[in-house]
Amino acid sequence: MGFNVIQSLERDLMRVDIPSFRVGDTVKVHVKIREGDKERIQVFEGVVIRRHRGGVGATFTVRKVSYGIGVERIFPIHSPQIDKIEVVRKGRVRRSRLYYLRERLGKAARIKERR
Amino acid sequence: MTQVFAEDGSVVPVTVIQAGPCVVTQVKVPARDGYSAVQIGFGEKKEKKVTRPLKGHLDKVGKGYFQILREVRVENPDEFQPGQVLESGVFLIGDRVDVTGISKGKGFAGTVKRWGFSRGPVTHGCKNIREPGSTGCATFPGRVIKGKKMAGQKGNKRATVLNLKIVDVRPEENLILIKGAVPGGKNGFLMIRKTNRVP
Repeated sequence: MGFNVIQSLERDLMRVDIPSFRVGDTVKVHVKIREGDKERIQVFEGVVIRRHRGGVGATFTVRKVSYGIGVERIFPIHSPQIDKIEVVRKGRVRRSRLYYLRERLGKAARIKERR
Repeated sequence: MTQVFAEDGSVVPVTVIQAGPCVVTQVKVPARDGYSAVQIGFGEKKEKKVTRPLKGHLDKVGKGYFQILREVRVENPDEFQPGQVLESGVFLIGDRVDVTGISKGKGFAGTVKRWGFSRGPVTHGCKNIREPGSTGCATFPGRVIKGKKMAGQKGNKRATVLNLKIVDVRPEENLILIKGAVPGGKNGFLMIRKTNRVP
């Protein structure tokens, strides 16, 4: 017995329907939101500025600018609360953490498209 | 440790524990032994690693050799037979359990780390940064009270965490998932019992 026990257990718990995306990509995250006993889906669209690895505990951070205010949300990749993830645009970046976007607005915060 | 998602999407930190197969190696009854208990063994051990006396003891059951043998007090010893195998299925999802193990050793630790004493100021010429302070009174009683918290060995000592919830049971792999942390490092041995806490 060893860590492969945890690894195989985590493999069971992970979601396989998540598309591959990278830091710099623009994604639409469809999040399930419960209000009382009703469930609806909210879309959060923005740039992935960070991917945090870690098996089932892996997360990613999406940043968008909403009415002039920067908003960042951290999603667990394998969360059942995520209905689906759509990749809208692939971006070409040279860093794994795009924290520099926080100091930039508008034109300066553009990301080149990856082909 | 790892984590699982609850039904409402919240993250639950869990410890994965291999709970079995445990083999009953001996049943102790009041008539013969003066008390009732079962001895259970867990973990494979090579035959050549087993001492002669232990080999004789385990050959009576004939279910192999074990890394660890522990006795558990039971009220109904006649319900167990030597050779019987206890699996993780004895636990149910939602049960509360106490987990006992040997905590990770931290060596000789000072009072700040071992007992959570506050430390002194680091500037203004102070020299009592991590000192324990006074250990008691003066001429009366003229000694340090027994049990005074002082520096010493921290960890590597039997520790029990009470009232942990079982999040999941996987009988096919003999695994149980317990919410929260348990004493000791990876691949350590643990005793799990039903909690005696009042719900």
